[in-house]
Amino acid sequence: MLNDIQKLKELGDFAAISKLIPYSAVIGLECEVINNSILTRLKHLESNIGNYQMGFLHGGTVAALLEHAAIFHLLYEMEIQILPRIVNISVDYLRPCTGQDTLASATLIKQGKRIANVRVQAWQTNPARPVAAAHAHFLLS
Amino acid sequence: MTDIPKTADLDQLKEIFSAIPHCRELGLEIMSLEPGKASIRLEYQGRLVANPQTGVVHGGVISTLLDTVSGLGAMSAVSETMPVATLDLRIDYLKPASPGDAIIGEAHCFRLSSSVAFVRGVAHHGDSNDPIAHCVATFMLGGAGFNSSRQGQA
Repeated sequence: MLNDIQKLKELGDFAAISKLIPYSAVIGLECEVINNSILTRLKHLESNIGNYQMGFLHGGTVAALLEHAAIFHLLYEMEIQILPRIVNISVDYLRPCTGQDTLASATLIKQGKRIANVRVQAWQTNPARPVAAAHAHFLLS
Repeated sequence: MTDIPKTADLDQLKEIFSAIPHCRELGLEIMSLEPGKASIRLEYQGRLVANPQTGVVHGGVISTLLDTVSGLGAMSAVSETMPVATLDLRIDYLKPASPGDAIIGEAHCFRLSSSVAFVRGVAHHGDSNDPIAHCVATFMLGGAGFNSSRQGQA
């Protein structure tokens, strides 16, 4: 898996890396490089709905989007020897996610030898109106 | 005369749970439900893994399991059936889930204020003393949906 990822990374094909992950297809996670950074998308799927009377996404799918965006940001930004392993994540839910695609991008706050601290934000139509935010730690070695 | 404490309608909660599209997608099943306490089960599925070589499920699956069971713990703690909205969810991933094994999520609402439910949860393979992950979560009570009698912001 790591070899495949390294090869695709050299080609800059992060969309293909995301497709190596079976769970990506289940909830509709996609990655692309835009303006020299990774943009992660949670496609709107009816099967991702939590509050079905209001049509809001399940919070778990939003947490998955934030975690996926953080990992792909690390893959893009850093030379990695192993796949980053999540230690913990803290998700704040700021607004309900309605029936449309949800986007996320991450920032590397601190990269140590063994641990990275990452912040992630998710939004739907306007990045200035985030629907969720998270900070997370990942093991790098 | 004594007041009979009202509790959430657990059968109605089970019905709501079984209609949630994403819970159906993952095949989540309620194992037990009582006021303020819930446990649910997720069967192992190859399509939920992050790395096909290791077979370990994606962290997002654990997040979904814990968010769901914590929300159910919160909804079962309140005195009337109403939707809850997750305010925040913090998860520590303690060890990788074992490939092939079902995962159980358990949650306990340990404090209920007038507008917020505080919940602790754990994910494990059958022994809660050997957890895969644990979480703390807070939920806003009320909001819209699920035939709420208490409409407010989500």
